Order: sequence, then C-alpha cells, then structure tokens
Amino acid sequence: MTAFFQGLGLPFEGAWLLSTIIGILVIALPLMLAVAMIIYADRKIWAAMALRRGPNVVGPLGLLQSFADGLKVFLQETIVPSASNKALFLIAPIITFTVALMAWAVIPFGAGVLVSNINVGLLYILAISSLGVYGVVLAGWASNSKYPFYSAIRASAQMISYEVSIGFILITVVLWAGSFNMSAIVESQKGYYGFLNGNGFNPLLFPMAIMFLISAMAETARAPFDLTEAESELVAGYQTEYSSMAFALFWLGEYANVILMCGLNAILFWGGYLPPFDWAPLYLVPGIIWFLLKIAFFFFVFSWVKATVPRYRYDQLMRLGWKIFLPTSLFFVFLVSGFLMLTRYGGAQ
Amino acid sequence: MIHVLAFYLFAILVVSSGALTILSRNPVHSVLWLILAFFNAAGLMILLGAEFIAMLLVIVYVGAVVVLFLFVVMMLDIDFAELRAGFVSYLPFGLLIALVLLAEIVLGIGLWSAGPVELAQRAAPANPELSNIQAIGGILYTRYIFLFEAAGIVLLVAMIGAIVLTHRARGGVRGQNVAKQNRRRPQDAVRNINQPVGQGVEL
Repeated sequence: MTAFFQGLGLPFEGAWLLSTIIGILVIALPLMLAVAMIIYADRKIWAAMALRRGPNVVGPLGLLQSFADGLKVFLQETIVPSASNKALFLIAPIITFTVALMAWAVIPFGAGVLVSNINVGLLYILAISSLGVYGVVLAGWASNSKYPFYSAIRASAQMISYEVSIGFILITVVLWAGSFNMSAIVESQKGYYGFLNGNGFNPLLFPMAIMFLISAMAETARAPFDLTEAESELVAGYQTEYSSMAFALFWLGEYANVILMCGLNAILFWGGYLPPFDWAPLYLVPGIIWFLLKIAFFFFVFSWVKATVPRYRYDQLMRLGWKIFLPTSLFFVFLVSGFLMLTRYGGAQ
Repeated sequence: MIHVLAFYLFAILVVSSGALTILSRNPVHSVLWLILAFFNAAGLMILLGAEFIAMLLVIVYVGAVVVLFLFVVMMLDIDFAELRAGFVSYLPFGLLIALVLLAEIVLGIGLWSAGPVELAQRAAPANPELSNIQAIGGILYTRYIFLFEAAGIVLLVAMIGAIVLTHRARGGVRGQNVAKQNRRRPQDAVRNINQPVGQGVEL
C-alpha cells in the first residue's frame, strides 16, 4: 500500500505513515464490531448450555443486543469516586483498551496481510500482553476501595504466574519454527505427514497446544480462572467502582484480548491462515476465512469452558501455574530442543 | 524525518519521565513514570535497530520487575514527610554518585569510540543480513559461552539463596495433598447406617 501512495506523488515517509494508519483502522474498526458480535455469541452459547434463550429482544434474534448495551453505557454518567486517585482511575481503562488493540499489529490474517511484519513478532506479543496487567492493577489501586484492591493483587500475581509458562510454551514453538516472525511461524506448520497443517498435529507440541489454551484462559482471566472478578467474593473485582464508558472500555479490552488469545492459539498451533489440510483446492479459500473460522472455533471452546467448568480456588490456580505448567513446559523446551538438535541440526558430533 | 521526530519524542519522554520518577511525591506515580521511561528507552533501541533488546527490556522490566515494584509500593504505608526529611542530608552523597556515573559514561563512550572494538567494527561491520537474535546468540554462545554460563550459575545461586532465606517450615500447618484428595472415593468417606430411633450414633 505504501507503493500505491508513493505512486500518487507522496514522499516515502508520508506514504508509509498514511498506509500504516489506514492499516491500523482496517484492523481496529472491524475488531470493535467483532467484539460486539462475540459478546453476543458468548451470551448465546452460555444461555444455550444453561437451557435459556439468551438475548433475543433487540433486533432480529437479539443480534443488536451488544449495540443497545453499548448505547446504554455511553449515555450513563461517569462516576469518579471522591476518594479515588482521579488521573489513574481514568487512565486504567484506557491502558487496558489500548494494550488490547496494540497486539493486533503483528497478527497475520493471510500470507503477508499484516500491519507490521517485524522479526520479533512473538516477543512483541509477549511484551504487549505483559502490559495488560497494569490496567487491572491501576484500576484496583486507584479506586481506593477494598474489593478492587484485592482483585488487583490477585490479578498481578495470576498474570505473572501464567506468563512464565506461556513464555516457555512459546519457546517450544519458536524452536520448531526457527523464527520469532509470526508469518514464518505460520508457514513452518505446512505439511505435517504430507497432508496436515498445524503444529498441534506434532506429538511433541500437542501437549503444549493444550497447555497454551488453558494458560490463555488464565492470562485473560476468563472462567474458570476469573478470580479477579469473582462476584461471590469481590463484588465485581477491579471494575466495582467503574461506570459508563470507563467500564465499557474494560469490557471491550477484555473481549479483544480473548479474541487475540484465540487467534494466537490458531497461529501458534493450528496453522493460522493455512487451511487445516495441505490440499490444493482448500488454498482457493482466502486465508483470512480459515483464520476467522479457527478464531471462532477457539472462542466457542472458551465459552464452552466458561459455561461448564466451576471457578478455581486461588491456591489451586497458583498450584496449576507454578507446580504443573511451569515444570511441564520447561521439560518440553528441553525435549523439543533435544529432539531438534538430534534430528534437524545433526548435533551428534 | 519521522525517524528524527521519533528520536526526539522518545528522548524527551525518557528524560522527563526519568526526572518525574524522582520528583513525584506519590511512590506509585514514581513507579508509573519509571514504566514510561523504560517504554521510551525501548523505543529508542528500536530506532537503533536493536529490536530484540527493546522487546527484552519491555518483557523483563516493564512486564515483570516493575510489576513487583508496584506490588510492593501499593501495599506499603509510606509516610511521605519522613521520606522527604533525609533529602538534604543525602544530597551531597547522591550528587557524588551521579558525578561518578557521569564520568564513567563519558569515559566508557570515549574509550569505546576510539578503542579497538569500534575500530574493528568499522573495519568489519556486522552482517546486516543477520537478525538481532541470531547475531546475539552467535556471539553469546560461542565467544562468551563461559561468561554466559557463569552468569547463569550466579543467578541460580541467587535464586536458591532467596528461597533458603525466606522459606520457613512452620509447624502445625496442614498442607493439602492433592493426589491423596483425588484418590479418595465416596465409599472411603461415607457410610450408610440404619439408625434405630432413640439410640446414639457410634462413630
């Protein structure tokens, strides 16, 4: 696209800036729409599993429910508690929302379809997702209220714990792909056994795929790991004091993060924008369709788990992260690197 | 053009947020300014083409170290007046340290730009085809392998030391044995009895 604007007579830098901004808008605006629809889907799936109808009043089949909710929230008054730290109280939801959007810069939607094809794409995602905790922690602290503060402490401990194992899981994939570049990681998954696309079909990486799915739920604080907003203990957790658009930003950011994690599952382990089978006619379907289908599938799994699995206790959550996932993922880093050393890099010398 | 603008933006933000880290009255605000400083330093490194170091800076410092800072600072009950009291008496000492650091930086950069490393770099520049990670890995795991492993051992010892210092075996704590709990079945724990009326239960 830079070349197109250069053709219109702009200098390179101006053309680059313009095309990057357009690229960001092309991703961010549909993402907001996707978040609205996925909240609706979440509620419908959850309702179906509880034998309820779910949202069915606003619009055909209740499809406009999220927009009605958004409008309602938009018209509410923003209440800032008088004892709160006002600047931080208002910055916290903005951080959550911005961070949730930033990571999408390196997600490939198709071969070469991404905003920024940087060499350290996966590290960038890790760096950005490690910033996500600040929104929650600041919200909890700035509210100057008991329950949000407990929630903030829980959130910071939980996110740090699971980031450690996520880091090791990512390393196994990076070792196999030989690159941190997201497109290279997707392309490296072509043709397992000659007909399958996806690291998840690799017996050495399949356990990592399962662990990544579970860690992703913990990292985004989705049920069954939603201890940061456990309503029976902490009212609404760090969001307790929030109202109006500030609350909506948390909401949007949270779901954008969930979609991002579903996308990462698809990219790292199930072939991203590649079709599931390495068969020529399937490549006629555009890569973005496959990618969105995979995201939708993983989101269904997230909702399914939310609807069926009871919430973890806090000590169980910590035990799972530190005593089970961390040693197992570390062992698999050792296993995968050893296997590659013996086979691919001929390390017997 | 954008490059220059970005450099000045990042540089000004690093310096000003660094200054605000020391100047702000609330320690939580200090930590937040520190985060901003780290973030902009990472931006400067990206401008230099060292994207791997930049990402590591964000992941390690912003993502882990400062979260722990924030964690501790948020829970501390700090008396600001007491904190301010020692400012004047510590000022000369602080200035001395700052001077020493400044001199070291000037000396270091001066010697580097005239020394054998820089001259060798100019004679044989690093391969631009190589990505950051490959270049760092290539030099870290070959020429500096012993230093690298020694650093690893130092970290391991520090970690074990921290665990030994803080770990206390408290008596009277009933820990949870998860495997034992999972092995437990209803027939081990529940007994159905046909209890006659008017008699006590024998357990």
